[in-house]
Amino acid sequence: MVVTAYALVQIRSLFAVAMMSGIYSLLAASLYLVMDAVDVAFTEAAVGAGISTVLMLGTLALTTRMEKVTHKPGLTPLLIVVATGALLIYATFDMPPYGDPAAPIHNGVSARFIERSGEEVGPPNIVTSVLASYRGYDTLGEVTVIFTAAVGVMALIGRGRSRRRKKSDDPEAPNT
Amino acid sequence: MELITGLFNYWVVVFLMMIGFYMVISHHNLVKKIVGLNIFQVSVFVFYISMSKIKGATAPILADGIEVYSNPLPHVLILTAIVVGVATTALGLALTVRIKDAFGSIEDDEIEAMEIEECVAEDVDANGKEASP
Repeated sequence: MVVTAYALVQIRSLFAVAMMSGIYSLLAASLYLVMDAVDVAFTEAAVGAGISTVLMLGTLALTTRMEKVTHKPGLTPLLIVVATGALLIYATFDMPPYGDPAAPIHNGVSARFIERSGEEVGPPNIVTSVLASYRGYDTLGEVTVIFTAAVGVMALIGRGRSRRRKKSDDPEAPNT
Repeated sequence: MELITGLFNYWVVVFLMMIGFYMVISHHNLVKKIVGLNIFQVSVFVFYISMSKIKGATAPILADGIEVYSNPLPHVLILTAIVVGVATTALGLALTVRIKDAFGSIEDDEIEAMEIEECVAEDVDANGKEASP
């Protein structure tokens, strides 16, 4: 996964970048599977590796295939990144070790979800009951976000696109 | 040794996050910037999922004879986040397409140069009009 991410930085052909980001998502999905998050793995494989790649290919078809060759970026971004990374690594020393059942994250409301969701909501999949029942408002908010994004995309490249293009072809045309 | 195995996941997450961050701040191409944001985002997802894992536990699907389940709450949050992430990616790519239409380029340094030129041209225009009457 790290290798794929590094390749993504280096490759200049945007087509290859789209494909590599699909592979990256798929690797992430298998990692989720290993860490017991089967629902998340499904979603990442379908949405992250599938739809994202299609969207990216569509964009490439409408724009350009190659990244422009520029001079090497200076040292500043690298320095910023290394400094931030070092701080984050330092912060991880306060984290509970991986797989620790006593970690603070497991002390909250989750134990109750695991114990009671079977009788209170019904489906054996706890993730489903939490998503649709206990945190239903979250899901409603998610739907709102998706709707807003869809409206935004349609406003940006929907019907207005061909009209605007005509306008930019002929700057003397009167505004309608 | 235990320290290394216990924290290895978080270190990978930090590394991926920094790769994404570097991509966003050092590349001029807008599509590459969006891919960088995606890498960053997935690293945060991996972080959440690795926090929810309990050693020896199974996936949070109720079944007979299983005592320990991994924490389902981060899974729910990340499910939401993945879908929202794709929505924002779609919006970003749509903006890229519009920028390509308007400027004929998706390299942000070129676009910046064009905007500066335009501003200079407008300034000259305005000054000329003021001076003429």
